[in-house]
Amino acid sequence: MRTIIFRTIAPYLAALMILFSVFVLLRGHNEPGGGFIGGLIAASALAIYGIACGVASVRRAIVFHPMSISAFGLFIAVLAGLPSLLLKQSYMTSQWLSFRFFDVNVDLSTPMLFDIGVYFVVVGSIASIALALEERESD
Amino acid sequence: MAGSSVSVDISQAMAVAPVSAGDWLIVAPSILTLLGGSLCLMTRKNTQAQPKIGLIFMVLLVAANIGLLARVLDKGVITMVMGNWLPPFGIAFTADALGVTLSTIASIVALCAALYGSATIDNTGRRYGFYPFLLLLMTGVSGAFLTADIFNLYVWFEVLLISSYGLLVLGNDRPQLDGSVKYGILNLIGTNLFLIATGLLYGMFGTLNMADLATKVAALENGASGTLATIAALYLLAFAMKAAAFPVNFWLPASYHTPNIAVSAVFAGLLTKVGVYALIRVFVLLLPGSRAYMADLIALVAMATMMSGAMGALAQGEVRRILGYLVIAGIGSMLGGVAVGSTLAISGAIFYAVHSIIVMTALYMAAGVMMLMGGSYRLRELGGLYQASPAFAAVFLVLGFAVSGLPPFSGFWPKVMLVDAALGDGRYWLAGVILLSGFLTTLAIGRIWIFAFWRGGPEGTADGTSTVRISPIGQLGSAALWLPIGILTALVVYFGLQPEWMLQVVSRGASGVVEPLGYVRSVFGGL
Repeated sequence: MRTIIFRTIAPYLAALMILFSVFVLLRGHNEPGGGFIGGLIAASALAIYGIACGVASVRRAIVFHPMSISAFGLFIAVLAGLPSLLLKQSYMTSQWLSFRFFDVNVDLSTPMLFDIGVYFVVVGSIASIALALEERESD
Repeated sequence: MAGSSVSVDISQAMAVAPVSAGDWLIVAPSILTLLGGSLCLMTRKNTQAQPKIGLIFMVLLVAANIGLLARVLDKGVITMVMGNWLPPFGIAFTADALGVTLSTIASIVALCAALYGSATIDNTGRRYGFYPFLLLLMTGVSGAFLTADIFNLYVWFEVLLISSYGLLVLGNDRPQLDGSVKYGILNLIGTNLFLIATGLLYGMFGTLNMADLATKVAALENGASGTLATIAALYLLAFAMKAAAFPVNFWLPASYHTPNIAVSAVFAGLLTKVGVYALIRVFVLLLPGSRAYMADLIALVAMATMMSGAMGALAQGEVRRILGYLVIAGIGSMLGGVAVGSTLAISGAIFYAVHSIIVMTALYMAAGVMMLMGGSYRLRELGGLYQASPAFAAVFLVLGFAVSGLPPFSGFWPKVMLVDAALGDGRYWLAGVILLSGFLTTLAIGRIWIFAFWRGGPEGTADGTSTVRISPIGQLGSAALWLPIGILTALVVYFGLQPEWMLQVVSRGASGVVEPLGYVRSVFGGL
């Protein structure tokens, strides 16, 4: 699918989709969205970029192997449950840190960290499958 | 753990009491292996670092499990609820003597396998993820042994199955893919049945927490009513598939000889025993009425499993396949314990599981060494190993006696308990078959020992001569090969000569599931 129109538009489209995936990830705690959906959107961005510009350029662009990204996500998600150890609470008890930043309430929390982990797991595993399938097609 | 009665106020949704750091040991096995697995996966290309990371986390896992075992033996059943959400709505992890004993033994075996794998898994296998898969397999195994929620148990089963699929196809050979398809499909059906049964159970009782279920099932007038009997039958079929019990055991001999020998060793030790554990947990703790109702059926299945395993072992001519059938024969003995269902019988089944985890792993590892020394797994092509290494021959004989249930090794005591319990229950046939399968196992092991060790060389060698083209064990060098076998053999001998401690632990485990009051109190009686 190396038409000139698609190849020109794909990098912008992929960039927009990744930006949107981060937005979906962060709004996920109170509104529809979250790590899983965000991860799927980001993985489809990578897939589109791969269809347009080739799998090799995607692998170069994401630097790490998709499986490593997945593992990193798993690592963060497990770590997200640990802070409650210090507060004498059970594993996975959510901790919140709220502060005002330029008149906006910012809520940071361990569930958010967990969601970021889920995001990376989904990006990594789906991208790894998608890239493998696209590679076979181009052979 | 301070609760005084079973009927406590469970309307309050969150736990407020502080959780001591020691209680974190309940989740430590799962957390450590997840962290280690993801670290290993991230550094997968660095094949030199893989065994180091893997071994460090396995040692931590063993340490956490031993700490947890000491705590459970000291304080009784302990519970932790995830995210402070109280059961029955929150997910609880509960460590009782049954779960934590098996979890500890499993982690020791996994540590040995990680060590053994550092010698037998080549760089390609490491790059394809032997250590990440092994650690994540242990996440599933530890989680399954320690969770107190039946849906959560299903999830841990999935975790360990997915990792085991990865381990099974590690070398990507044609026979491996063939074995994996059989293994995969049958296990997929098994997990689906498990899920369906769990859905029905939830529909009937509105809860998935095991302590809550145990109380609610016990409160039913007729423990073996229609729907519940259906659910129990589904569970029996699902777990029988996992445990490789008679009519649904053909996947095990079809797949266990295909992967790398270190992988076979872990599988033979752990996977089927998780199925047996689930069977004990569900049938003795949750559905005692249905267990009594189906006791004759379970006893039949147990006898058929023992006989098919022992006869299959006699019919095979390849060491790994013989061992695969011996795994099945052992599963039959444990099922016999479930069929009888008394505290003594369940203690015997748990002790047998402990023994079987250790001895089957050690035997597969020994088969790997036989392959390295003699160059084959086929009995026809093996021979002269005794001359090459009398010490190794002695170790193999010890393991063989143990798996046959001969004194003074670890297989003897659980067999005594199981036979005693079966006789006490009036199940003379079951007791007889346990003894007979032990005898046939002795023959199967004797065949391996005579052909591979005692005779001078492979088939065709004249009597009295020897063809020592065998690499002596000294030349195999690496301590990573003989140290795991040595540790496991030492455990086999120790539990055989000094069984008192283990007997105490398993009878605590058994009375904990036969009389679930302590378990229920731990989950609902405050934290």
